[in-house]
Amino acid sequence: MTTKTHSTKAKASMKSPLTFLWVIGVLAVIAVPFTTPSIQLLFNFAMAKGLAVLGVTVLLRAGQVSFGHALYFGIAAYAGAFLMASMPAADFFVVLIVGVAGAVLAGLFVGLFVVRYRGIFFGMLNLAFSMIFWSILEKFYHYTGGADGIRFARPTVLGQVLTHGQFEMMLYYSVVVLMVVLGWFTQRWFASPIGQLFQTIKTNETRLEYLGISPRRALLSGYLLSAALCGVGGVMMGMAQGVVTPEYVWWVRSAEMVFIAVLGGAGSVHGAFLGALIYEVVRTYASVYAGDIWQMILGGFLLIIILFAPGGLIGILESLFRRGSGKEGARK
Amino acid sequence: MNLAIFLLALFDGVAYAALVFIVALGLTLIFGVMRILNVAHGSLYAIGAYATVSLTGYFLALGFAPVFAFPLMIVSAVLVGILIGGPLEYFLLRRIYDKSEVLQLLVTFAVFMILEDVQRLVWGTRPYFESSALQVLGNVSVFGVTYTAYQLILLPLIAVVLLLGMRFFLRHTITGKLITATTEDREAAQSIGVDADKVFLFTFVIGAVLAGLGGALASPTTSILPGMGADMIVLSFAVVATAGLGQIEGAALTALMIGLGRSFAVYLYPEISVLVPYLIMVLVLLVRPEGLFGSPAARKI
Repeated sequence: MTTKTHSTKAKASMKSPLTFLWVIGVLAVIAVPFTTPSIQLLFNFAMAKGLAVLGVTVLLRAGQVSFGHALYFGIAAYAGAFLMASMPAADFFVVLIVGVAGAVLAGLFVGLFVVRYRGIFFGMLNLAFSMIFWSILEKFYHYTGGADGIRFARPTVLGQVLTHGQFEMMLYYSVVVLMVVLGWFTQRWFASPIGQLFQTIKTNETRLEYLGISPRRALLSGYLLSAALCGVGGVMMGMAQGVVTPEYVWWVRSAEMVFIAVLGGAGSVHGAFLGALIYEVVRTYASVYAGDIWQMILGGFLLIIILFAPGGLIGILESLFRRGSGKEGARK
Repeated sequence: MNLAIFLLALFDGVAYAALVFIVALGLTLIFGVMRILNVAHGSLYAIGAYATVSLTGYFLALGFAPVFAFPLMIVSAVLVGILIGGPLEYFLLRRIYDKSEVLQLLVTFAVFMILEDVQRLVWGTRPYFESSALQVLGNVSVFGVTYTAYQLILLPLIAVVLLLGMRFFLRHTITGKLITATTEDREAAQSIGVDADKVFLFTFVIGAVLAGLGGALASPTTSILPGMGADMIVLSFAVVATAGLGQIEGAALTALMIGLGRSFAVYLYPEISVLVPYLIMVLVLLVRPEGLFGSPAARKI
């Protein structure tokens, strides 16, 4: 507990310069479609992925890692795509809600089972569930289109049929809004009583039980939040790409999410989006040269971060600011 | 379901269970001793298979008799254990024994990602097929059902020998007892002069050899593709988790359960055959969260 109060104090002291930085970051992202439209779609993908990474980040706060969260990413995207296939005139917001509801339902089903476990079992059971869903998608190709996937048709928005360009613009700003709102919400949730209980699973689970609180229920609430966040990311990604394939659920996708969460800074909301943006930009330009060894590079980086910079990008950023404010304090 | 199909499903299941058990044995041994779940175990399995296919192809092209495929399997398995398993423990895992379980899992996962690409770089993405070992041993007929002797006799035999050998090794040899002692209490073992580092290294290499051997033995029975490592790690984890982590005899039984369940599903309900191992695992874990043979861990307060 002492380390915690220390870190919140440290955060408070450097809050102003860092917050300033985040505001500039969000403004820059908002300006992208006008300043550099060529990377608009790239940023759209990155933020959608960032939302899913945020889901993984939530679980890291409880000290748990899931190697199968692409499951919720994929379920939401498929739910949205199926809805569009059966109701071609469906509204954007209905698609979003149905997709997320699908992810939350699946999260409840799997979650009720996996919250009985921690650590190794938690990570691997999630992986097993995502592999199961992946093989269902591949096997039942009459319904799911198999490895080719299915088309995610463009929904109407508030009753209006948008052109391709208008829809992309609308999607871009929706994902920006979702990023800010859900990022803020997740931070509030961490600070809320249930969020605090959830994080106690990492520090001292037994203490929770002494308080008469069910750790499973606390973990389940966080698990549902993480499934919902992955679901939002999945629907937004599906609409941006216009097609949903089993690759959405493939373990490589889950691994990527875990990678970005650790890269950004284990447990940091800002880190999830910062990590996703940097990851996506680097991947787009580097995969031309290193497409064959991309996973190898990711694995190598993951090792380096875990062994030498466990705080991730956010940890590095914060230590830079701390050093700066430390000097100021000494001068006074 | 007539007798012929029943026997086919039975033989398929036993042969498959034998392979899965050999891989799971390595996984559960490493976990039992070092408390690390080695996700890269699946890659070692795949690399064992690839290495066997390449070595066999090379030596057969030189004009050696097909029977040489058998020693080459062992050579590949040992090479995987020593050349990949050894350095992995010595340079990487040794640094993280005091870290949290989740970080250890992430580290072996990172190694897994790296090794998956290594396979693709070395062997490409096209499937390999090399079944000379299968053909050398020919077929046997049981009640009118013809099956390969390799899968029906050799694989189960090796699995049983490895199971009994591992039991004997851990309980009746000095090295085995040192490993058991280190597992029980690492500090106490060190205080009476056991070199725990060496024990860990040795255990990890043995476990890696078993993964490689599983791949080597599987290579004549299946086509070798990228992604086989990912499937195997999840499947062998299902076996090991159903038995209870660290339970060697239990893993043999659950491998048989899962192997038979899967092969009967292939003949009865082919669509769900992939799901059967996980259904068995989930059902068992719902009733017994520690696995069939595992005992609840003492909780630290």
